[in-house]
Parts: sequence; structure tokens; C-alpha cells
Amino acid sequence: MIETLYTPILTAPPAEGAHDQHMVLNMGPQHPSMHGVLRLVVEIDGEIVVRLYPEIGYLHTGIEKTCEAKFYQQIVPLTDRIDYLSPMANNLCYCLAVERLLGLEIPERAKWLRVLLAELTRLNSHLIWLGTHAMDIGALTVFLYCFREREEILRIFEGLAGQRMMTSYFRIGGLALEPPLDFLDRVQGFIRSFPEKIDEYSNLLTGNPIFRGRLKDVGFLSAADAVALGVTGPNMRASGVDFDLRRDMPYSGYEKFRFEVPIATEGDCWARYEVRLIEMRESVKIIQQALDGMPEGAIKADAPKVVLPDREKMKTQMEALIHHFKIVTEGFAVPAGEVYQGIESPRGQMGYYVVSDGTAKPYRVHFRNPSFATLQALETMCKGRMISDVVAVVGSIDIVLGEIDR
Amino acid sequence: MSEAIKAVLKDRTAVLEALPEHPALRAILAWKPEALRDAKFDRGELTLTIAPEEIRAAAGTVQAAGYNAFEDVTAVDWFPALPRFQLSYHIVSHRLKERIRLRVLLDGDSPSIESITAVWPAANFYEREVFDLFGIRFAGHPNLRRIMMPDDWQGHPLRKDYPVEGYR
Repeated sequence: MIETLYTPILTAPPAEGAHDQHMVLNMGPQHPSMHGVLRLVVEIDGEIVVRLYPEIGYLHTGIEKTCEAKFYQQIVPLTDRIDYLSPMANNLCYCLAVERLLGLEIPERAKWLRVLLAELTRLNSHLIWLGTHAMDIGALTVFLYCFREREEILRIFEGLAGQRMMTSYFRIGGLALEPPLDFLDRVQGFIRSFPEKIDEYSNLLTGNPIFRGRLKDVGFLSAADAVALGVTGPNMRASGVDFDLRRDMPYSGYEKFRFEVPIATEGDCWARYEVRLIEMRESVKIIQQALDGMPEGAIKADAPKVVLPDREKMKTQMEALIHHFKIVTEGFAVPAGEVYQGIESPRGQMGYYVVSDGTAKPYRVHFRNPSFATLQALETMCKGRMISDVVAVVGSIDIVLGEIDR
Repeated sequence: MSEAIKAVLKDRTAVLEALPEHPALRAILAWKPEALRDAKFDRGELTLTIAPEEIRAAAGTVQAAGYNAFEDVTAVDWFPALPRFQLSYHIVSHRLKERIRLRVLLDGDSPSIESITAVWPAANFYEREVFDLFGIRFAGHPNLRRIMMPDDWQGHPLRKDYPVEGYR
């Protein structure tokens, strides 16, 4: 029994030095600092990590297999559940992929609203990261402050979609509903006060000697290692690799927005903390630009065979009723082909690979999620360091187990 | 640069004619033209079909041509069509700001292919996932064990002959 449980450690050749003095320790899956159900099998020499092996799959629900049995439009709510802390980023990635398969152009206003919501989602996700990361290190106050601001974002989402977390607000061909009348004002009110809140977190943490001591020079990842191990997003940029899909391979109209991509070169937990803090400020800038330049127009593409008609039309017009019935019962056929759509999610490069065989159900959907690859770099970051640093590193790379196991 | 082309280029000849300057194509042609079985340009994405036995060398070649960041590898099961399995490797270039897809077609019910972990260690988890869910073996992989399913699981869930619901 033990043999199968510890295969990676016991069958691998022993590390340098006296192997019998090493101890194999299980962190997780039920460990307060493991951000879900991550299990780390750690081989330690005293308190020093010799080897570390992430054991995953506890949350595997086979979403990719489920997708193959659903219509294209039925998959949008499933994507929410992959990375449950940034549902809109998942929705966006999936919708963009299917829209490219269909060759569907969506209205400008829908694109801008999508960018605005994607950035709000980024703030939402980074707030949870900051709160839980600081809590792991022992700064409990920041957690409460972060959740105070996150609550406001969730209320905005609730007004928009009727749901706080699993919003499912994006649709293939646009958005589900016209946002409520006070939506833009609420977002404006939120981001007007938000930069001060970032200052507040920064006041609590940046000068805090304990926080600094736990993060500085801990969990080092070089730029070469980051690229080789598939680490993306803020974690990669904290190692000095200057690449952001929003700027370098823009999608959904990001090329119209002006923002900086923060870079740090230290590659430690502290750099990752600083990069994400600046990223939040840049997100605020993008949201402000989206609010200022929000175009008028429709929120859905004019494609009656793909996009559900408005409720009112469906009740009064024969043609709309037929389309509605057809889409709901039979779905819509998508031309055969394959598309890989990459976006910059809060955690890094997310990519959805959708293969169509010309029917109304996808032949294959694959989700490339950033946390899955980031986990591969965990051993590099923790090796030779104290076991207590593992907690700091796991917090700093901002993983979500839902998207790792899918 | 290839973003500008809106047309669909269906086969190898058309792609070679339309994109003679593409760095990945040039590198592969300079290295081994016969390894490039087919090519396709569709919806702004370039797909290069590589001979299965050459995948590791081809990965090294495109890496040297500037496609430095491995992003993803996954499989598609075309059961009952033949060849049954397709592997899709997605690779990004930070310098060229572009993505290419390397595609490999594999035959048989328990196919095997060389691992590319020697070129990109990032492929480690992804190849384990493909092994776990599709049953494709990767020769030279440092730790080819199941990653999502339990170690004693029977079968490979993402295959098309594996039911979505009910008993197996």
C-alpha cells in the first residue's frame, strides 16, 4: 500500500547523502495552506526540502469529457467551474474560441464590456490571492480588507448576472443580458476608491518586516526556468520575462487599451507580490478607459441561428420563436476545424483548444490552464529551502485547484 | 505576420507558397523537409504535421527557430477513423509574438511516441495527462504515471470508446 502511495519518492534514486535520514512528509490534501486539495509529498532532511512532488487529481471531474456530450452553448456554465475564482476569464476564452470557429464578429460594445469584466475578474482573483497569501504568512487583517473589496465586485456581478461567483454571463456571440442601468456608475464608484485600497494593503504589507522576511529571497525562479517549465502570467513576469498576451497577442479589442505590463527581475515571492500589486493598478486603468470610451450599440452579434433572440421578440415573432426552439433543442452546427484561443487570465496564459467535426457538439475541448503548468515549477522553487517556505511559495504562485484538476 | 492572411491554405504546397518566409517552416525545411508531412493554415493558425518518429527533433528545431515557450500538448481521438490519434502541440514565440501548432498522427490502440520533455521540461505534466486520459505512451518520459485518475484505474476516459455516463 505504502509503495503505491509514495511511488515517486521511493522508486526514484535516493538523493545525495544519507537517504535513511530523510523523512517523507505529506502536506495536504487537507492542509490549511494548500489552497484547496493539493497534496505535496515532500522529502525533507531535517527541515530542508530535498525533493517535492505535487500529487494532484483530487478534484478531477472530467469536464473535458462532459463537454463532448453537450451543445456548444451548454459548455459556458461548465467553464465557470474550471477556475472558479475568475469565471469571466474562462467564459471569455471559451466564447472567443467558438466565435473564431464560427467566424462570428461580435459588436464593439460587447467586446468592451468583456474587457471591463475580464479586468474586474482579475481584480477579484488578485484580491483573493492577496488575502489568502497574507493569511498564510500570518497577516490576518489583510484578508478581511481584501474580502471587503471583493464583496463589492461580487455585488456588481450579482446585479449583472444574478449570480455572485458562477456568473455564466458571456454567451457565444456576445453577452447574456443588457447590464443594469446603474452598472457603469457602480463600477466607476468602485474603481474611484480602489487605488486607495491598494495603498492600504501595501501599507500593511510592504513595510511589514515579518511579511518581507518571509517573502524576500524565497522561492527563487530564474527566467530560463520559468519559460522551460511552462510558468506563465505574473509568476513569469516576476522572473523578468516580458510577455503578456493582452499586449503581445491582443484579443477581444485589448489593442485599443493603454496599460503597462509590470516586470520584476528578482524572481522571488516578493517580486511576485509586487508584480501583482502593480497589475491591480493597471487593471484599474483599463477599466477606467473602458468606462470612458464605452461604445453604444448591441451586446449580441446579429446571428439569429447562433444567438438566442430577446425574450420579447421570442414571444411576438414567429421567426424568433423558431430560432429559439431550434437553438435550445438542436444547438447550432459549428464548421469543422480546430482553434486554440489563448488569453491572459489572472493566473497566466489560459488556452482553450476546441475541435469541431461540423456538428452541434464539440468533438474535443481541451483546457490549458496556467496553474497546472505553474505547479511543475514548485520543486525548483522549494528545493534546498526550509519547509516553512513551501507555504510562502504555494501562496505566492496563486494556484486554483479547480483548474489544475478540471 | 501570418495574421494578415485571411485565406485558408489547405495543404503543404499552398502553405509553402504563401508563407515562404515563416521562421518555423524555414527551420524545418532546412533541417529535414521530409519530416513535414503536411501543413495547414486556417483561422489564423499554422498547423504543421510532423512525422511521428521525428517529433522530438522537430520540437528542438522550432525551439531553435525562436518558438521558445511550450504551451500545451493534448490529443484528439478520431475513433473509429484511422489514424486514430492526433497529438497537438502548441508552441508560442515570445519574440515573434506568434503561436504554431505541431500535429502528429498516431496509429494503433496503444500508440507510443517520443517524449519532448528533453526539449521542454514543461511538457512533463501534459504528457502524463495525455497518457492518463488517452493511453498514449511517451518514450523517455521521466515519470510516466497517471496524473488525474487513481493509479489503479482501468481504461482511459477521454477515448471515444469510453462512455460518458453509466457503467463501463
